Order: sequence, then structure tokens, then C-alpha cells
Amino acid sequence: MTAALQFSNLTLGYDRHPAVHHLSGAVNAGALMAVVGPNGAGKSTLFKGIVGMIKPLAGRIERDALAARDIAYLPQAAEIDRSFPINVFDMVAMGLWRHTGVFGGIDRHSRRRLDEAIAAVGLTGFEGRAIGTLSGGQMQRMLFARLLLQDARLIVLDEPFNAVDAKTSADLFDLVRRWHGEKRTVLTALHDIDFVRANFPETLLLAREPVAWGDTATVLTAENLLTARRMCEAFDENAAECAVPPAAA
Amino acid sequence: MRSAAGGGLMEIFMYDLLFGPFVEFEFMRRALAGTTALALGAGPIGVFLMLRRMSLVGDAMAHAILPGAAIGFLVSGLSLFAMTAGGLIAGCVVALLTGLVARMTELKEDAALATFYLLSLALGVTIVSMRGTNIDLLHVLFGSVLALDNQTLLMIAGNATITLIVLALIYRPLVIECVDPGFLRSVSGAGAPAHLAFLALVVLNLVSGFHALGTLLAVGIMMLPAATGRFWARDVTLMIVIAAVCGTFSGYAGLLISYHAGVPSGPAVILVAGVLYLLSLLFGHVGGLVRQMLPQRHLEA
Repeated sequence: MTAALQFSNLTLGYDRHPAVHHLSGAVNAGALMAVVGPNGAGKSTLFKGIVGMIKPLAGRIERDALAARDIAYLPQAAEIDRSFPINVFDMVAMGLWRHTGVFGGIDRHSRRRLDEAIAAVGLTGFEGRAIGTLSGGQMQRMLFARLLLQDARLIVLDEPFNAVDAKTSADLFDLVRRWHGEKRTVLTALHDIDFVRANFPETLLLAREPVAWGDTATVLTAENLLTARRMCEAFDENAAECAVPPAAA
Repeated sequence: MRSAAGGGLMEIFMYDLLFGPFVEFEFMRRALAGTTALALGAGPIGVFLMLRRMSLVGDAMAHAILPGAAIGFLVSGLSLFAMTAGGLIAGCVVALLTGLVARMTELKEDAALATFYLLSLALGVTIVSMRGTNIDLLHVLFGSVLALDNQTLLMIAGNATITLIVLALIYRPLVIECVDPGFLRSVSGAGAPAHLAFLALVVLNLVSGFHALGTLLAVGIMMLPAATGRFWARDVTLMIVIAAVCGTFSGYAGLLISYHAGVPSGPAVILVAGVLYLLSLLFGHVGGLVRQMLPQRHLEA
């Protein structure tokens, strides 16, 4: 199997303080992988590194096969201005950026894909609604419709089912399954351990340091989870320089 | 018979009232052309400033332009070119530095702008007082919409044209950057150039505005029609159209009032825009105050 992503001794963080520390390994193309860990474990930081929003403090992320346009990213807290006067249709249509760019129009084929995406998330009939009038769940459905249109080979979802009811989570997870079936690589940060056990073949358990990575059943043991919980979230202003030599791992 | 004659008189009276000044005087026609061009460019810019929560940026930029224009005036007197170039340069430098600092450091846009426009203002005032001449900056402060010469009129019209063309070119990234900047960053690098181009358009329109309305009131024809539009429209396109129409009407009505009542024309134009805004604030279809207070029963679903 080819690797979609390869981490080599990767350290990501802010202001020299690591949030993800010495991560090495590969994500296979077509993987459906959960990233699990306590708050402050570095899940969001890892995702920001993968999509290229932050540069590594040390080590490398290789995503040779993937251009920026092949990656779709749903941040944990999207910076969406909900008071902006724009409707659901236009918002979802942003997902077509790869095809339209700055000037391109929406042709009949794209229009059909748009309608399909809106139908797939159950928002048919909401096209003309202003985004400010949507509920939290509808908002998330709309963002998933946009992800659908992005047609990306790597999809990175940062806690997509937070503050979303069971029905909406189930509907949206059906889309994740569909992406998996289409051999896309999907990385998802989650807190619901039982849900991960039931639905994700592969898991990375992160607590700043990688605790375990691999087959979900072998990763999510009571022992590993306890280890992850014990790892402190300390951000020491006066921390010494990391002793692990850059070339290691 | 009597009523027909009365109707005829009434018609003549209305004609004199509404169109007479423009038919009779060339300077009124020029002023009308100037305010119309101004409104067509500044209205849409104002809508985006408002939607980006940058409504006060126009005001700050107007202050940043003043020293540039003053220096131009000092160097070569009341020359259109020198004052325009001075204003453009000062405005663009401040806009560019603001954009760069906001994007590269912890300082947010508002703080970055505040620091640079104050610097620009202080620098300008210093230069002016060092020269020690008692220059007539009234022109810059309050404009001279009734004395627009060919060159100035052409420049205002040209700036409006440039504004509408550039706005059309950067429209999509600009809108997406307003709604969901994170998404735009993830799919494209067009956000930053679009933002800087937009700031340049703000400067361009303020420079146009100060020739006609003065630096202080130029912001008025930008922001008041935009805020008016917000009370009547739920989508950006309609908001832009309403802002441009409101601004154009304010120019026309303001000039008429100024002519008939003998009040200064620049303030009259902005006052009309202000009245339109206040009426919209009260009676606007989208979130107007009266509509909010009307006792309305809630709907079924």
C-alpha cells in the first residue's frame, strides 16, 4: 500500500513549545483513521500541520502525492461569520473552487453535483436560507456538503461530531463511510471512544507524544488510555531544550 | 380649465424645482456627474467595509490621506495631480503596512491601522507646520463639489470605473474571505491579494471623495448608503445595488437642496444620505426598529 502521508520525527507546536512531539509513521492511502486523545493532546495541531497551516518545529511531513487542492479540511471551530448575508447554496458552492477558481461559472454538471451534495446531507429545500438561520446541526451538514464537492483525496475532520445530535452524526458518518468506500484517506479527531471502536479500523492515540498507533483494538486498551490521560498538558515557560537529537527516531 | 392651468403651473414649478438648476447651470451638471460617479464606486466599497466590520476604517484612512494631500498642496499648490498622488501614496502606504502587520504579527487589523494612520497624520501636520505657511486646506477638508473642473471630473469617473472593474475581479475571494477566511486559505492564496486590492480601492475612492466632498465627508457617501442597504436586503448583491442607488439619489437631492436653500453642497449631500439611513433604520424591511416593535404573532413553523 502506498502512503498518503509520512511523518518523520515530526514535532509541531507554537513558539518553540511542542504540541505534537516526535511523531513518526505513515498513513496509508485509503485509510480511515481516528485520532484520539485528551484535550490538549495535539490533535488539532497535527491536523493544522498536515494541511500546511503551520510549519513543523522539527522533522518532516511528506505528502508528495498530494497537492494542496487534494486536501479538504474541516476545522474544529470554523471561523465562519454567520451574520454575513450569504445563503446555503452559495456557501456549499465554495466547495467547487477547484473547478471554478476566481472567475469560473457553475455549469450544468457542477450544478447537478451541487444539488446532489445538498441532497446527500439532507438540506434540500434549504438552498435559499441565510446561513445565520441554520441550527448547529444544519450548519455542520452544510459544511459536509461543501466537503463533498471538494472531491479531495485526503479529508481531515477535526471533531466533526461535536455538539451535533445522534441523528446528524449518524447521517454525516454515512458520508465518511462513503468516502472510505471511494478509497479516499480520511483522518478524524474524535472523543467518543466507543464510536471509534465500532467504526474506525485504525487509530492514533496521541498525548503530545504518540502513545500508540495501529489497529484500533490494540491501540485503545485500558492501559494505553490511562497512559494518555496521565500525560500532562504542561506548557512550561522555562522548559529546557528537547534532549532528543533531531536526527533520532 | 382652471384645473388644467393649475396643473400646468404645477408642472412648471416641479420642473424648475427638480431639474431647473441642472438644465440652467453647467456647474450643477458637473456636480451631479461627480456625485453620481462617486456614489457608484463608493457605495459598493462601503458595503464590503461594513460586512467586514471595517466601517470605521474609511474614516481612519481619510485621516491617513490628509497629510499626503497636504504635502502635495505644499509642493505644487492646488494641483489636482500633486494632491491626488500625495493622497494615494499616503493612503496606500498606510493600507499596505496595516495589512502586512495584521497578517504577520499578533496585532489585529484595527490596532495596526490605528498606529499607522496616527503616525501618518502626525507626520503630515509636522510637515505642514514646519513650512509655516497659512495654507488654505479648506478645499481638502470640505471639498468643492460645485467647482469640479474637467480633469477632476475625469479622475473621479475614472476611479469609479476602476473600482467597479477591480471589485468585479476580486468579488469571489473577497466574499469568501468575509464569510469563511479559513476555508479560502485552505483552497487558495487569493485572500491576501484580494484584501490588499480592496484596501487600495478604499483609498482610491476616498481620494476621489476628497476633491468633491472633502476628506471628512468623503467617508459619508461610502458608509451611509451601505448601512442603509443593510436594512433592505438580505444578500450582498442587492445591498450593493441599494447602496449605489441611495448614494446617487443623495447626490442629486443634496445638490438640489443646496441650490434652493443656499446651504453648502457637500454637507447637504451627506445629510440626505443620513436622512435615508435614519428612515431605513426606523422602517427598514430587514431588522428596522419599527418592524421589530410591531406586535406580530409568531408563526406556526
